[in-house]
Amino acid sequence: MMQCQICNKKTATIHLTEIAEGLRTEMHMCEQCAIEQGIAAKSQVSINELLSSLLAVQPSDDELFGPSEQKISCPHCGFTLDQFRKEGVLGCPYDYELFEKSLLPLIERAHNGKTNHSGKVPSKTPQDMKKQIEHLNLHQQLETAVRNEDYERAAKLRDKIKQFENGRKITPSETGG
Amino acid sequence: MYLAPRSSGVAVPESDFTWGCISMKLTDISNDINEWFSGAGPLADIVVSSRIRLARNLAGHKFLGHCSTAEKKEILEKLKNVLMSLELGDKIFYISVDKTSVLNRDFLVERHLISRHHALSKGPRGVVIAQGEFFTAMINEEDHLRLQVLKAGCQLSECAKQINHIDDMIEQQVSFAFSPRYGYLTACPTNLGTGIRCSVMLHLPAMKMTGQIEKFFNAARNMGLAVRGLFGEGTEAASDLYQISNQVTLGVSEKTIVSGFEKTTIPEIVEYENAARNELLSKQTATLDDKISRAMALLQNAHLISSHEALLLLSHLRLGINMHRHMGATTPAIKRLCALARTTDKDKGLSIATINRLFMLTLPAHLQLNYGKLLDSTHRDALRAQIIRSALNQDT
Repeated sequence: MMQCQICNKKTATIHLTEIAEGLRTEMHMCEQCAIEQGIAAKSQVSINELLSSLLAVQPSDDELFGPSEQKISCPHCGFTLDQFRKEGVLGCPYDYELFEKSLLPLIERAHNGKTNHSGKVPSKTPQDMKKQIEHLNLHQQLETAVRNEDYERAAKLRDKIKQFENGRKITPSETGG
Repeated sequence: MYLAPRSSGVAVPESDFTWGCISMKLTDISNDINEWFSGAGPLADIVVSSRIRLARNLAGHKFLGHCSTAEKKEILEKLKNVLMSLELGDKIFYISVDKTSVLNRDFLVERHLISRHHALSKGPRGVVIAQGEFFTAMINEEDHLRLQVLKAGCQLSECAKQINHIDDMIEQQVSFAFSPRYGYLTACPTNLGTGIRCSVMLHLPAMKMTGQIEKFFNAARNMGLAVRGLFGEGTEAASDLYQISNQVTLGVSEKTIVSGFEKTTIPEIVEYENAARNELLSKQTATLDDKISRAMALLQNAHLISSHEALLLLSHLRLGINMHRHMGATTPAIKRLCALARTTDKDKGLSIATINRLFMLTLPAHLQLNYGKLLDSTHRDALRAQIIRSALNQDT
């Protein structure tokens, strides 16, 4: 326990760091000495005050991401997130892209943490899109393998992803079926 | 008062109902059960039926909630034409759900040909049904297209194969909304990805009687499955028929979901129910016989019976017949049940198909459609009791 640098008796509970003209000084004192020095004004801050002070310094959504998804409406169908909260369904397929940031946590929760499609792909899908899906799938499998601590499989998948990214053809035996 | 069931309906308003060029009536199918409820198929003493549904939406269109009536009509016409042109090996027919009567809609719901949501929603919508009712396609339900394949017993792989083939045929003619990341795009994010919902309907009376049904609920919950009653919310307690289905549709392939059901979920639940049936037989014979005897006595003698009561009592007869057929059970009540069966089914024994027929044909909309007019609940209860008495008493 650090002792108060003023009275040298009590335990120091106030730690003051002061930087003036590039010089950093530290002071450690007990609450009573701090009050006498006019440093510690309040020993307890309500949780509400603490939260509002934290929120006050947070940048707004608009500052972080540009115009917030909360305020925009879809140019194709006029859908807004407010409508989604009321109805639970989306307005058009494009909404998944437009409101992705807001929808993603919900999608993740509904599908047991999964966020990438695995399974049937329409036969008419262009070849490059099929490759993109395969790529996403491999990453998802890798994440699952790491989560399950199946490092042998994870290593194989990592190699496969490397091969895939280098444009090499992967045989079915390499993909494990 | 005497209410004789008629063989075909007369006074019920006809639906817009076409079968190729031939028009037909719903009463042509309402007098019998559909194939998937016949009591046949693998593990059918516990797994009554298997069902797979796919959710699809046309690319380039809004989801239904944001479509104008004109756009809904356009989607309906487009999909109806594609579906009616499919080569399914069976005849297919179409019903305009928005134009047909409330009774007809209720009938379609009871028969699992459309969902309750489809019956109650608004705007241009319809359903395409294959003869034998193994395949239906709801147009303009929550999504533009909901395909469904149903089979008797435990046949999920077969359902998956068939529905995939039908989906492929449809995709030759239209483009579905699809994203590389999220798969098939659906109106509700909970159906996203494969858009697949696999369900099996299970008859679990012994787990209920032995107080172990919670075990089933827990097993289902742990596997991330949803549990519902066969004839709608809340009816599971009456009929002992439960429907379990997957909830996750994104990030897990169709193949993985189906094999999870077939290799893990179904065998585990079948084992629980069989263990409970063995326990009833070895340790709780009096409980078992009491349930079966009471069910026989009431069903053979009641003059007024509600749908709820009929479902519960028929469930106990179904259990008795299956325990005799599959486990060789010969308790006093089961012996009497089988003797009764010999007199009614001409020495072939009371079949599960007969019990299932009584289950379905005594549901409210079936009763009224087959009788030919709308009936109040007292008249329905009288007609239901009469149909059941006729089936179970040779002299009635």
